[in-house]
Amino acid sequence: MTNLKPVDVAIVGGGWTGLAMAKELVSRTSLNVLALERGKPQSIADYAMDMDELDYNIRLRMMQNIAEETVTHRHSARDAAVPVRQYGSFHPGTGVGGAGEHWTGMCFRFLPDVFTLRTHLTEKHGAARLPADLAVKDWGVTYDQLEPHYWYAEQMMGVSGKAGNLRGKLIDGGNIFESPRSHEYPTPPLKHSYASHLFEEATRQLGYHPYPTPAANLSENYTNPDGVTRPACAYCGYCSRFGCMIGAKSQPTNTLMPVLRKHKSFQLRTGSWVRRIVHENGRATGVQFTDANGEEFFQPAETVVLASFTLNNSRLLYLSKIGTPYDPAAGKGTLGRNLTHQVEGGIRIFFDKPLNAFMGAGSLGRRISDFDGDHGLTGSDGLLRYGMLSLNGNGDLPIGAFGAIPPGSTKSNWGAEWKAASLQWHDRVAQLNMYGEHMAYRQNYIDLDPTYTDKFGDPLLRFTLDWTDHEHKQREFAYELAAKIAPAMGAKIDPTRPSRARYNVINYQSTHIQGGVVMGATPDASVVNPYLQHWDVPNLWVIGASSFPQTASGNPTLTVLALTFWAADAMIDKYLKHPGRLV
Amino acid sequence: MKRREFLTIPAAALGGTLLYTLAREPFRLQAQDGTVKVPLRFFTAAEARVIGAACERIFPSDANGPGAKEAGVVIYIDRQLAGPYGADKYRYTKGPFVDSYPEHGYQGKENPRETYHQGIIQLGSDFAELPVEAQIQKLQSMEKTHFFQLLRAHTVEGMFSDPMHGGNVGLIGWQLIGYPGPRMSYKEDVDQHFGAAWRPKPASLEQIMRRPAKPWEDEKA
Repeated sequence: MTNLKPVDVAIVGGGWTGLAMAKELVSRTSLNVLALERGKPQSIADYAMDMDELDYNIRLRMMQNIAEETVTHRHSARDAAVPVRQYGSFHPGTGVGGAGEHWTGMCFRFLPDVFTLRTHLTEKHGAARLPADLAVKDWGVTYDQLEPHYWYAEQMMGVSGKAGNLRGKLIDGGNIFESPRSHEYPTPPLKHSYASHLFEEATRQLGYHPYPTPAANLSENYTNPDGVTRPACAYCGYCSRFGCMIGAKSQPTNTLMPVLRKHKSFQLRTGSWVRRIVHENGRATGVQFTDANGEEFFQPAETVVLASFTLNNSRLLYLSKIGTPYDPAAGKGTLGRNLTHQVEGGIRIFFDKPLNAFMGAGSLGRRISDFDGDHGLTGSDGLLRYGMLSLNGNGDLPIGAFGAIPPGSTKSNWGAEWKAASLQWHDRVAQLNMYGEHMAYRQNYIDLDPTYTDKFGDPLLRFTLDWTDHEHKQREFAYELAAKIAPAMGAKIDPTRPSRARYNVINYQSTHIQGGVVMGATPDASVVNPYLQHWDVPNLWVIGASSFPQTASGNPTLTVLALTFWAADAMIDKYLKHPGRLV
Repeated sequence: MKRREFLTIPAAALGGTLLYTLAREPFRLQAQDGTVKVPLRFFTAAEARVIGAACERIFPSDANGPGAKEAGVVIYIDRQLAGPYGADKYRYTKGPFVDSYPEHGYQGKENPRETYHQGIIQLGSDFAELPVEAQIQKLQSMEKTHFFQLLRAHTVEGMFSDPMHGGNVGLIGWQLIGYPGPRMSYKEDVDQHFGAAWRPKPASLEQIMRRPAKPWEDEKA
């Protein structure tokens, strides 16, 4: 083990959160900051030749090498876990920028009541009427506290959209159910597709309030407050699971790296796999990592920021023996609790006209939030929270889109009859997508697997997760809603109703698996305090969606960034002046 | 050292478009007998004939347009199996291997190369020579196997993936479904052509970018 020269701040992970924290630190302080990323360098130049569905969308060439490290899953503590051997219900990224390189770019603010969900549900329904296994919590931070940081993150990326609630004033055409915004979006909405226009007209006609999906894909050329200029989206359709070859989709490499590269106090070390946070007497002393040649290093640091992928944040704390493991049977301990995975699903609808759906952008489309949070729900049928429904036009690719035919059209899914039906229906199929809140339950959590190991022989993370009655109700609600909207769009809905299937690790759901290192106002029920500082180790900060006590309906990245900037302010303005526990 | 094997295909079956697509690899156009000899990376010629015939049943060439034979699907599969995918370089393959619920997906130890070798034995060395009906029956009897599920998925991939991977020869799959291939911009078209099919002429990634791509299968397995 080689001892390296100490740094002021060592950041674990070179994705959105690690690089955003680094940018704040080097722009606003004189500290020297080192980010350790286990993947390789990446930049726009690498993405020009990646418009290839097979290697990137099917073989998932941008994701972490699952052969080296995966996770294991079981549905309940009674089962034995098995490894996720191939992706997968979520897609952790790797390399500089992490999953922020291959993401889709949807940028939602969460509703105010998501941040105080325990209080909200108890006040609204009474504690007795909530499910006994419900583990939702208040975050210890409010929407109003985060609002300026949401705005800061939106400006950094140049998010496109249309405000529906500007300082309390409701605006037609935007999302009138959204949390109040202090500013209009930095850039106007993206253009949208034929199917998206049909969705907009149909939902408006039905009395709902369609609005453009807020997108990190620029609708026009844009220069952000850091002076970084990027071009408008070209609607090529190679967005999710691809890096953007022109830099129109906001990624850490095209927004944060241009700023960071200018600072001599910032260093990025790739090929560096952090395996332990080293600590003694309640203080982190640095991190231990292995480089691409297998050589081991100790990097001393005054402050450590853990900013890797959600699940890996939990795993590193477990492997480093920091914090108290959660015990679901006793309801004690905190590390690994409140594991959630945003409830997503697509409902197919069939048209008698071609859609030219190969054109698109990651977040292109329209959606409705008329039933987001608990708008429009009574709760009497046990459905406490729902979410959104959308029509996305992210660009159909030919392998994935082929063979989407109404169920029962053919006896087999191969051969002449199937080929004929697939050709007949090709480019005549769209999806209505649901985005549901996933509330936290006592039995869904993270710990270490007793059997399976990574390439170094370290235990894999094990997650225990299954759907409950509430998520099935959400899916059924979404289907009923889609069944009203489809005919108004001139389409026929897939008659297959949602099955009450168990959690599936194979079918892609979203990369929005969250929790495990949750934030909160008191150390008995959270791992980090409301500033994302570890309760037990005050010079360790753990940032990312690992801190979410439960998921909102919206995709997490914008909130992850807002929380990162919130944490950065606390670290720079308070902690660095008087190092110690902030709460 | 393995003897180099070739797949011999009648040039007519490939619609005369093979020249461009297979230029990535040396190959011979036998003008005299009108055949193309494509060097194989993984299969023997006999194995390629069996797999080629099975792909042709999954995605047949018929009155609705070309199929697996014209698209060179077997060449696509051959390259995938020879590359890192075939060797499971990017799958978690540590034991113990245990059976689990369907929600946990394929948990087996066999990699795609081994699965194909088993599948070829099951199909039989005379599969390509069987009457079409007998081939269909044989495949129907194997529908539930992991091998068949891979074969079906790979056939669709070979039909519609970029020709750099060896299938979709001459963009024949993309022409069949009206997919234009990767393009730098649809800025002027994304909100036009409502309700009417808009089908620009297809081009491959290398044609668009004018430089060679590096398909993953070319990486050392």
